[in-house]
Amino acid sequence: MNIGRSLLAFLVIPGLLYAVPMAWFMLWIERKIRARMQGRIGPFFFQPFFDFIKLIAKRPILRSRFDTVWMIGLPVSAIGALLASLALLPVFSTSSGFMGDLVLLIGLIEVPALCAVLAGFASRSIFGEVGATREAILSITYNVPFLTAIVALAISAKSIRLTDIALIPSGAVRALVVLTLLLCLPVKLRVNPFSLSNAEQEIYAGPTTEFDGPRLALWELAHGLEWVVLAGMAACIALPFRVGSWMGDILLFALLSFVTVILVTIMAAATARLKISNAIRFYLKWSMGMAVLAVIAAMFAR
Amino acid sequence: MRIFKQLVSIARERSPWLFHLNAGACNGCDIELVACLSPRYDVEQAGMLLVGSPRHADILCVTGPVTRGTRAALEAIYAQMPEPKAVVAIGSCPASGDVFAGSPAIAGPLDQILPVTVYIPGCPPRPHEIINGIARAVAILADKGKDTSNRE
Repeated sequence: MNIGRSLLAFLVIPGLLYAVPMAWFMLWIERKIRARMQGRIGPFFFQPFFDFIKLIAKRPILRSRFDTVWMIGLPVSAIGALLASLALLPVFSTSSGFMGDLVLLIGLIEVPALCAVLAGFASRSIFGEVGATREAILSITYNVPFLTAIVALAISAKSIRLTDIALIPSGAVRALVVLTLLLCLPVKLRVNPFSLSNAEQEIYAGPTTEFDGPRLALWELAHGLEWVVLAGMAACIALPFRVGSWMGDILLFALLSFVTVILVTIMAAATARLKISNAIRFYLKWSMGMAVLAVIAAMFAR
Repeated sequence: MRIFKQLVSIARERSPWLFHLNAGACNGCDIELVACLSPRYDVEQAGMLLVGSPRHADILCVTGPVTRGTRAALEAIYAQMPEPKAVVAIGSCPASGDVFAGSPAIAGPLDQILPVTVYIPGCPPRPHEIINGIARAVAILADKGKDTSNRE
């Protein structure tokens, strides 16, 4: 992967130019579906965009220089990591990654959660700290089945290159892994029934409670990008082939991401928030069981 | 730059986030405010959200006559909200003290403590009136944005 191509992937497709409008679109879809399922009309199409502009234009409370630096630095590094992980996703069959890019992707996907935990503790607000603690506990828990599922893919493909991993594995392994990933998505995206870390009204806004104006706008954008990256990752792994043409691949990728978002949102709108012990038990029982099955299937199928 | 300022003004009009503070209310107005979020009135179609943190909010919705115990919290929460912001007094209590007027237990009415943008009278006001009042506050907020941007 040469530098020009990586820059193109980072800044244009599936990076910045694709991801930012898509992030707002996904945030809108999520709110709209939830509203429709509750019998409401819901927000209009440009709502997340206007929310972002409004927050950017607010004049935040003055803080010390150090506070300002981390309050902007943390969400910006979350956004950077998310865009970089999008650039790594094997959207095209020709996008030749490098050996071991799977490891880098897994690392980058964890950066936003880490930033949220740091932001919660650094804000010194009790609600931020509670949110950050929950985020940390949950991210340790869901990462066990998540990483096991990824390992199953790598075993099945006998490779840690993302392009191989997305295209080679057998049907059974792929189905189990996609199911595990879909189960992990709600907790990574902090939506119901696993919206524990930003439990709205219960602990105000979790780690972002103390963020205002432009700093909050950056977190909102990071959250939208999380939707794009994680739905995109599920889409990339679920799709066993690539069309070959540039346009067809990106359309199929967007369509599958969209379907993933709808599935996650319907589940979020239909459920209520669990207690943290129940959430952990769910992950260690069901997702972990499915991930272990995937590993066994991958070992037998090779 | 002019286009961006217009965009900001539209965005302020389209996405008011509310923070609700009960300053010693009897819970009547609070129920009516929460009713605005229900499917029947659905204020989210106007972009309104009830947020949990005052730092996220644009509009402070105060109910109750401001008891002496809530005064400090009210001032602290108002100070935590970033500019531009508006204050909406929901119900008769924050406007005049209502039946509690003259009581030694209250520090209000609200306008002695904070600059009030819009009063919504009623005991309690109906959800329509609350939505109408907040919409007026939103219009003032958007205009306020325009004014300051012209001055700058």
